[in-house]
Amino acid sequence: MNPKRKQRLMIVLGLAALAAIAVGLTLYSLSSNINLFFSPEQIAKGEAPLERQIRAGGMVKEGSVQRDSESLDVTFVVTDYENDLKVRYSGILPDLFREGQGVVVVGKLEEERLMRAGQVLAKHDENYMPPEVAEVMQGKMPTDTLE
Amino acid sequence: MWAFIHKLGSPKWFYAISARLQPWFWALAILLLLVGSVWGLVFAPSDYQQGNSFRIIYVHVPAAILAQSCFVTMAVAGVIFLVWKIKIADMAAAVIAPFGAAMTFVALFSGAVWGMPTWGTWWVWDARLTSMLIQLFLYLGVIALRGAFASRDSGSRAASVLALVGVVNIPIIKYSVDWWNTLHQPATFTLTERPAMPVEMWLPLLVMVLGFYCFFIALTLTRTRNEILRRESAKRWVRELVAGTARRG
Repeated sequence: MNPKRKQRLMIVLGLAALAAIAVGLTLYSLSSNINLFFSPEQIAKGEAPLERQIRAGGMVKEGSVQRDSESLDVTFVVTDYENDLKVRYSGILPDLFREGQGVVVVGKLEEERLMRAGQVLAKHDENYMPPEVAEVMQGKMPTDTLE
Repeated sequence: MWAFIHKLGSPKWFYAISARLQPWFWALAILLLLVGSVWGLVFAPSDYQQGNSFRIIYVHVPAAILAQSCFVTMAVAGVIFLVWKIKIADMAAAVIAPFGAAMTFVALFSGAVWGMPTWGTWWVWDARLTSMLIQLFLYLGVIALRGAFASRDSGSRAASVLALVGVVNIPIIKYSVDWWNTLHQPATFTLTERPAMPVEMWLPLLVMVLGFYCFFIALTLTRTRNEILRRESAKRWVRELVAGTARRG
């Protein structure tokens, strides 16, 4: 390679490396802010602010969903299987909302372990399967591996 | 091998070789997209949770993969142009940018349409969606920067540099779902593990991805040929070619 091209290649690669470092450092310093939601563990540790709009994410605990028969009010527990967060919500839940399913809840923490939600988003996992396969698997495996 | 690559760098040779290649890629693209669409949208099974809305995957995933492949291709072409001053690389980069931008838009749009029934929202500012939006802006920036200079050479160099710097965003898009918690789920397909879906679901997806790639190659060949004719219009071989076609026609 002639010296001129070599020099240009070095400049180009240097530029790319500098850009990568700059972006990398920025992301590293922002890393906690880039997370979309707080996990139940973080909330249990008190990392999430009270009375401010935050998002919390986790699994809907099996058997925790209670619907009010008169209104759209619903309460459920979001869990990471170690820490729990109780959520109160009034409104229409997304189709994929069900027990054992991942959710992201937007709302305010009223107290340490209680959240008043303004919006509930269902989180989907990376697994897809036809209904028949899901039925067969449901019979063979504990439900949490399915979700 | 080196001789071949050197020849490919000459617009005249590229024009001749691509003439033979492009009908194959167009035919393959049409065939694969047709087969993949019908297979994915009609014959593939629906998902146990999402039902039929899951079929958006057959457009969403190929578009997202292409959007990123185009960006890397554009950046590599940019480096080749910056370092070796090969004009054909810059022509390819110039025609890839709008296509990549279109693919990014398709991925974002189909994702939004998919997000509404699945997540319950069109848009969240999570790391995956935001980094993909940044990629759309990078594409638009590359296109705008190229046109913002009076001299074509300055525009090409500026666009190449931006494309090169923008590549930093690619690993961020890819790993955003692993590094941070996001609403977007992690990848269903990785090179190291078995896909998290059965074969009758991912096979049509594979056909679609290959179809999108063939479409990308075919379109890039055709549009690069046009770009060659446009930029080299003062060259003797182009004038002879055009004169020849005119005489025959």
